[in-house]
Amino acid sequence: MNPTPTFEALADDAWLVHLGNATDPTCNPRVHALAARIRGASPAWLRDLTPAYASLAVYFDDMRVDPETVRDWLEAQALDDAESTTTLRASRTIEIPVRYGGAFGEDVDAAAAQLGLTVDTLIARHAAPLYTVAMIGFAPGFPYLSGLDPALALPRLATPRTHVPAGSVGIGGAQTGVYPRESPGGWRLIGRTPLRLFDPLRATPSLLAPGDRVRFVAIDDHAFAAMSAGA
Amino acid sequence: MNASRIDAETAIVIEVVAPGAQTSVQDLGRHGWRHIGVGGAGALDPASASLANRLVGNPANAAVLEIAMTGPTLAFAQPVRIALCGAAAQARFEARDGAVVDVPGGRPVALPAGRLRIGALRDGVRAWLAMSGGIDTPPVLGSRSTDLRGGFGGLDGRALRAGDRLPLGAHDQIDAIAAHAPAWWVSLDAGIARDAPIRFVPAVEAANRLRERAWRVEARSDRQGMRLQADGDGETCAAGLPEQVSAAVAPGTVQWPPDGRPIVLLADAQTVGGYPRLGHVIAADLPRLAQCRAGDALRFQAVDSAAAAEAWRRRRAEIARLEWAIDRALAARPRD
Repeated sequence: MNPTPTFEALADDAWLVHLGNATDPTCNPRVHALAARIRGASPAWLRDLTPAYASLAVYFDDMRVDPETVRDWLEAQALDDAESTTTLRASRTIEIPVRYGGAFGEDVDAAAAQLGLTVDTLIARHAAPLYTVAMIGFAPGFPYLSGLDPALALPRLATPRTHVPAGSVGIGGAQTGVYPRESPGGWRLIGRTPLRLFDPLRATPSLLAPGDRVRFVAIDDHAFAAMSAGA
Repeated sequence: MNASRIDAETAIVIEVVAPGAQTSVQDLGRHGWRHIGVGGAGALDPASASLANRLVGNPANAAVLEIAMTGPTLAFAQPVRIALCGAAAQARFEARDGAVVDVPGGRPVALPAGRLRIGALRDGVRAWLAMSGGIDTPPVLGSRSTDLRGGFGGLDGRALRAGDRLPLGAHDQIDAIAAHAPAWWVSLDAGIARDAPIRFVPAVEAANRLRERAWRVEARSDRQGMRLQADGDGETCAAGLPEQVSAAVAPGTVQWPPDGRPIVLLADAQTVGGYPRLGHVIAADLPRLAQCRAGDALRFQAVDSAAAAEAWRRRRAEIARLEWAIDRALAARPRD
């Protein structure tokens, strides 16, 4: 039995629907299922959705609808939860090639030492799981991936770097993710992908969508160079 | 007079002679991409941008220049119609024959070829400059707004620089031999006292802390967020709220970071955040935050959602009244 969703007025034109506790592994899939159901229904007033770990923000056009109507509609959608997990099985799996270590992941040696692992083991255990895009945020196209091996959890840098190269794969706390463009950042860098995660001019601007499954695949320098040239 | 049409191919290009402190291309914002981390951007006061557009005959969502603190100097080789809304601007037009005239705000001003110099803003820090045809940079993800943090939209995803060229869209031909403007003008927010409290809808009990004291705007504030510190002795409030699991944030969200200095998010806000949320500033009062300068004092007043909706209805009614007045005045005016 899932907890009853609670509603927080995020803005005059947005509701934040809390679906439960983030530590509950069934919660994030229910967020993505609800987001998919709302998108499927496509009400005329719908402007934006922001799924996160345990909540979903729903932005509406307040020229078309009043907040109470939206809330009543969302309550009905959120309670109609039966098929939520089956809906999500349709999610895509996307492979992300990563050149681990060396100049591409400058924290990998220190991270392995801190975790008491060899670099090869760290890489193997990072590339093993099937991750889920729990949410996208911080920057356009930046995926927060759940499913990291707990043995790889690492605290963020005390002082964030001012420049993290685009494509950097990092670990921040119990999460892993990829920096879509050069930016400041405090995650430990273990590798880099030649793929462009975000390009606003592409037909599909973000490589990843919330709810997608992700697997990292280790590649060598040669493959990285070839894929960078083709990217 | 014969109103011939200037099409996009032969349309005017505006040259940026000096960029001003931070001038960016903005329309009414970008919708539909928050799920992939793309925020709304757009004019910090959409109503002022829309009214400026209406004054020059553009659709409400045409791209305008948002000016902060000090405006740009723009040169145009052909006549153009402009309108400035928002904070009062010290604006001058220099025609090619050397004649200099003041350019008033809140009304359409037809300008022949020459230079428009917008100086320091008064009684606020942001103004919106609409030009006939609208700024015709390519839309990105459905909007011409500049996403300054993402680095796309508007003009190459950044604030203007000297030497930039801004294309204008198709518009009616303007035959201006000398600068001329009507005697009437419109003014939004004229009746709001500057020291009236900013109204917000609390989300948690701890939001009481927001209204218990006076706040001062920090210099680090920008389009992403307005940062506040406790007024007076500089003592910071003990925060005491635990970091939360990341969730959506919106323009208006009041965040409470561990240092106890609240941040009110504005149009360039990120889409998700982990700081505790105290509540949100109501839509009707968000444009007032866009006019606050570093050092300004702020007070907050807690209201409920019904009061927020009522304040928004009133603001919309005021905007509709001004739109009606503009349309009537423009219809009565002989075309230039």
